[in-house]
Amino acid sequence: MTEPLIKIQNLSKRFDTPSGPVFALDDVSFDIPRGSITGLVGESGSGKTTLGRTLLRLVQPTAGQTIFNGQDLNSLDARAMRLMRRRMQIIFQDPVASLNPRLRVEAVISEGLAAHGIGSRSERRDRVASLLEEVGLQPDHMRRFPHEFSGGQRQRIGIARALALEPEFIVADESVSALDVSVQAQVLNLLLDLRERRNLTMLFIAHDLSVVEYLCDQIAVMYLGRIMEVGPTEAVSSSPRHPYTRALNSAIPLPQPGATGKRELLQGDIPSPLDPPSGCVFRTRCPMARDLCATTPPPPEVVGNDHISYCKRIEALDERQPLREQSRGAPSGARDPFAEERARADRSVP
Amino acid sequence: MRDRILDVSNLRVAFRSRGGEVTALRDVSFTLERGRTLALVGESGSGKSVTSLALMGLLPPNGRVSAGRLRYRGRDGREMDLSALDAAGYRKIRGAEISMIFQEPMSSLNPLFTVGDQVGEMLWLHQDLDEKARRKRVVEMLDLVEIPAAASRADAYPHELSGGMRQRVMIAMAMICNPALLIADEPTTALDVTIQAQILDLMRRLQNELGMSILFITHDMGVVAEMADEVAVMYAGAVVEQATARDLFADTRHPYTEGLLRSIPQPGRSKSNRLVPIPGTVPPLHALPQGCAFAPRCPYAEARCEDPVVLTEKASEHWSACILDRPVPA
Ligand SMILES: Nc1ncnc2c1ncn2[C@@H]1O[C@H](COP(=O)(O)OP(=O)(O)OP(=O)(O)O)[C@@H](O)[C@H]1O
Ligand SMILES: Nc1ncnc2c1ncn2[C@@H]1O[C@H](COP(=O)(O)OP(=O)(O)OP(=O)(O)O)[C@@H](O)[C@H]1O
Ligand SMILES: [Mg+2]
Ligand SMILES: [Mg+2]
Repeated sequence: MTEPLIKIQNLSKRFDTPSGPVFALDDVSFDIPRGSITGLVGESGSGKTTLGRTLLRLVQPTAGQTIFNGQDLNSLDARAMRLMRRRMQIIFQDPVASLNPRLRVEAVISEGLAAHGIGSRSERRDRVASLLEEVGLQPDHMRRFPHEFSGGQRQRIGIARALALEPEFIVADESVSALDVSVQAQVLNLLLDLRERRNLTMLFIAHDLSVVEYLCDQIAVMYLGRIMEVGPTEAVSSSPRHPYTRALNSAIPLPQPGATGKRELLQGDIPSPLDPPSGCVFRTRCPMARDLCATTPPPPEVVGNDHISYCKRIEALDERQPLREQSRGAPSGARDPFAEERARADRSVP
Repeated sequence: MRDRILDVSNLRVAFRSRGGEVTALRDVSFTLERGRTLALVGESGSGKSVTSLALMGLLPPNGRVSAGRLRYRGRDGREMDLSALDAAGYRKIRGAEISMIFQEPMSSLNPLFTVGDQVGEMLWLHQDLDEKARRKRVVEMLDLVEIPAAASRADAYPHELSGGMRQRVMIAMAMICNPALLIADEPTTALDVTIQAQILDLMRRLQNELGMSILFITHDMGVVAEMADEVAVMYAGAVVEQATARDLFADTRHPYTEGLLRSIPQPGRSKSNRLVPIPGTVPPLHALPQGCAFAPRCPYAEARCEDPVVLTEKASEHWSACILDRPVPA
């Protein structure tokens, strides 16, 4: 494999809040290969946005490094970081809602070019016109205001804006989550085209695992600030090697009547990030947890090519039948496949 | 023998606004059999929530039912037209016969009262119980929706609960008077998938145990496939297709439904197999085209599509509002 564009090494971020410290990122490490799309999934509050922003140094990490193209971002001074910023961009969920409503699309898209003093006014205008075409809009849209566009079109404007400085790396934070499926599909296909045309590297943040499976080459799964599993899409989606990924996977309702298999229903809610469980943060909801899970955080286990799982109970997981092979049974509350194991685990875990 | 609990035909709803009147629902028709689940599915702005508010008599002051019938047959077999009810008539029915779970759980729970009080209020309105009996029923209900330590959680305030727990409270509130019909407007859209799975599971279990009928509003075809016996698909204020869930997915009749299904990423499909998005966007209500509202985005459209089109039965129990019997395979 070629040298990854980005190496994330033991990245941690602590927020000090009035109620106490929140470890939004805790010892996160993985590589983002050049020219690939990595999907970052996890439930609300798991730290996805924080990771995206910390990578771009919009948030300062408490510990750890980001190596971009062989360079440690921590080592850069303010000026060098400013130049580096051009090469890394972020697209927010509603990228233009946060902007000045009196700015026309032209100004929105060329803002970065102007800030970096790139091109003359008319050169910038030509650039905006070609960017608009590239994302499937029309050049004369540059004279309109963002609020005159639909959600999907605004998302395209946000993408054009991010592309203006020709970055190598883009973080897309929940870029399609608010869109209707018919429009979401348009934007997903646009991202795939851009990746091919420009050899872009992307971190695509989403909570919808099926969207991520469609778009991404690699998937990283987060829970309470930690990576649970990371690996090639094919491996993570068809043979997940972490109980949390398996639970996430089986929770997706499939758009085919009768197709959703027996569920590994997780009990309870995500614990408070102010008081995360000791050891493996997932253990309080894990059907396979044992005493050893409460002691120390699980170390990374290599479970395949570029495939890593943070679980001390992988062997036990592998003995289980794969999901989705059985047809749907009675509501799973009635016949919980893990009832016995969980009862045992409940007794043993402090 | 069929026993229809709900039969909505040609429902129209109009809103007064600054620019005059807009018609949010042009032609909504569907039926729901007793004890079954009908999913009402459609993209944002298609009129799903307005349909449910019209059924509940809860349209905002600038909105009104301008045409159509909302036939409801209660437990006692009596049939009534909901759109003819006055405020007092609706108060008797809401909560007791028909109840609703709203799209935004936080805005429909009062932050100043304990969840126990709020669940109990429904009972107080509809049943003559003393304080102690009421409290007992509330705790039983919270227990039934699987809220751990129900007796002490009854004294909690909404902000002390997680999103999933709040949604369970909403379900307890809706179910405590044992309604015959439950209208659930996107009850899981704001939740994480693992919590959604718990809530869907709970709703299925309650339906098995209590036998209510459910009108389940969603925009997620996965949730439809999992929950629904029947499906009605809405587009721009009209139902364009109704069928059993199996037929809707396996024998799709309306081009819009076909387009929706092709836009959804399905786990396990091959990478080279690109999604096929529907081109364009939903037209605004004030600028709907003549005839079929979907025609400008429809790959099968022809000149005839500018004529009005109505739901017609294309196969047994399968209705579609299209000039074609089925989309011609591409
Ligand atoms: N500026 C901040 N100050 C304090 N806590 C924060 C801050 N930003 C994030 N957090 C906390 O860090 C944790 C991770 O938040 P983050 O927004 O990264 O999650 P997320 O995975 O993006 O969630 P979502 O899916 O809801 O967007 C949460 O517990 C959040 O409350
Ligand atoms: N009070 C109102 N005044 C004017 N128009 C309204 C009002 N309420 C709803 N509408 C319009 O009616 C249409 C249907 O809205 P509705 O809320 O039923 O959509 P929906 O299908 O529930 O969408 P979503 O999936 O976003 O919840 C929309 O175009 C909306 O703007
Ligand atoms: Mg986020
Ligand atoms: Mg709605």
